[in-house]
Amino acid sequence: MAESVAESVAVRAGRGVRAYLLIAGAWVRSTMAYRASFALTVFGNFAVTAFDFVAILLMFSHVDVLGGFTLGEIAFLYGTTGTAFGLADLLLGSMDRLGARVRDGTLDTLLVRPAPVLVQVAADRFALRRLGRITQGLLVLGYGLVVVDIAWDPVKVLLVPLMLVCGAAIFGAVFVTGGAFQFVAQDASEVQNAFTYGGNTLLQYPPTVFAKELVRGVTFVLPLAFVNWLPALYILDRENPLGLPSWFAFLPPFVAVACCGLAGLAWRAGLRSYRSTGS
Amino acid sequence: MAGSGEEFIVLDGVEKVFDVRRKTGFMRRERQEVRAVDGISFTVPRGEMVGYIGPNGAGKSTTIKMLTGILTPSGGRLRVAGIEPARERTRLARRIGVVFGQRTTLWWDLPLIDSYRLMHRMYRIPDARFRENLDRCVELLDLGALLDVPVRQLSLGQRMRGDIAAALLHDPDVLYLDEPTIGLDVISKAKVREFLRDLNAEAGTTVLLTTHDLQDIEQLCKRVMVIDHGRLMYDGALAGLHEIGESERTLVVDFERELPEVTVAGARVVRIEGPRQWLAFPASASAAPLVTELASAYPLVDLSVREPDIEAVIAQMYADRATLG
Repeated sequence: MAESVAESVAVRAGRGVRAYLLIAGAWVRSTMAYRASFALTVFGNFAVTAFDFVAILLMFSHVDVLGGFTLGEIAFLYGTTGTAFGLADLLLGSMDRLGARVRDGTLDTLLVRPAPVLVQVAADRFALRRLGRITQGLLVLGYGLVVVDIAWDPVKVLLVPLMLVCGAAIFGAVFVTGGAFQFVAQDASEVQNAFTYGGNTLLQYPPTVFAKELVRGVTFVLPLAFVNWLPALYILDRENPLGLPSWFAFLPPFVAVACCGLAGLAWRAGLRSYRSTGS
Repeated sequence: MAGSGEEFIVLDGVEKVFDVRRKTGFMRRERQEVRAVDGISFTVPRGEMVGYIGPNGAGKSTTIKMLTGILTPSGGRLRVAGIEPARERTRLARRIGVVFGQRTTLWWDLPLIDSYRLMHRMYRIPDARFRENLDRCVELLDLGALLDVPVRQLSLGQRMRGDIAAALLHDPDVLYLDEPTIGLDVISKAKVREFLRDLNAEAGTTVLLTTHDLQDIEQLCKRVMVIDHGRLMYDGALAGLHEIGESERTLVVDFERELPEVTVAGARVVRIEGPRQWLAFPASASAAPLVTELASAYPLVDLSVREPDIEAVIAQMYADRATLG
């Protein structure tokens, strides 16, 4: 809320980050108390996500291309969305517990602490084991980059890290919006998971294997296509299946900022409604 | 006006109205306004310890939630230490301590000490101050052996003591306690009460306490406020409350078998359940003649006397007002 008009956005962001690090740090220390168990869960997280890619490998033992894309190209798609999603999941994955907190009333205890509620919810149960997913994403991405013959130029080189950051921000906005929705519908976390985990799975495959309506939907309605499809098509010198111009590849930063802005507004609205109804 | 004046907590005609949607049939919903807090005004000076009581659903928790900035009031004026809670929630958070009896403000899966360390940094408590406050709480609330235990493994009484310590580490000016002794055993209750009494006497912390337990109020608060149906029914000394509400005690009698409603002089049956009957009699009267009369006329198995609880006193008070008005 408008805690104080004079308080600048930068100061508040700084406080939020500080509070996040404090809470996340406490969770990391507490998990590190059991190192063996921690190592095991990281490996488990890695292995479970790795199976995903094994499925794709198996598919390619029967076919040479999927939707016109080679295994290396799909590894590139898979690695970019996997890493971006992994980052968002690491930082904001706890958002799906908001509904439960509203239901059992423990959200109130966050509202009496001097830290932003969003930060407290997001950093709660911060789980480093989610690094397993990021590691796996980066490995597959590395494999893709080595195997695929890309005509590199400076722009394309810069576009790769940029798409990871923007992709994480877009997925993060979906997590926060989903959280905001849980203020109103407390059981909405499954719907949220459909868009986050589901979206990640969708983006692992090339857009050419999906119906045009679906591709249009994730481009213009829920802009997940900007996480990797649009920039990746440019990097791989591929035609856009919707016939969109190639400059769409450079829109992810703007889309990410817009998504985060909207997610912030949704969060505010959700929190405001909670504070006026208390349920 | 920065809250240093006499009146530390100020409520002036504070209201909270909820819109409740009710299903009234297939696809039909009715909107209903529920006035959880319906124009409450009171002030609490710095350093006072006040009991805030009333039956379930009377509006106690809603008031506390507005005073902590969790809920936004629908109307009226509300100030705590000169701060408007709903507008400046995080600024207020540094000046208040809150203990919810029903849920913990500690981090559930972390060891107790980790929660305290987090509070230390989050509230920016100076190191020396933190050390001092923590040591005092650990000693007085007997937390030494519990510091390395994850909160979820603590018993209710242990957790409550842990919660009270957490609410006090940053030297709050006001402490809100929502049912702090609910579900505690006698020893834990005594420990908590003693601690609160000392805190109020020594640190001068203003305390607002909601409770179901009349003994909490009797032992801690000189002043008590009674709320029912969202309105303030009484504000004054505890003794006065007993006088207003002509309270009754209850004699619970178990007979050998199911009996029709028994009749004894000076008491009336208020409830029957199988062989058990509840008899109400004036709190000022003695139970002995009743017991003698019952025992001579009916086959008794067991009996017990129940003191009037706060709900009964208030219910009685409410009924009296209705008949008078």
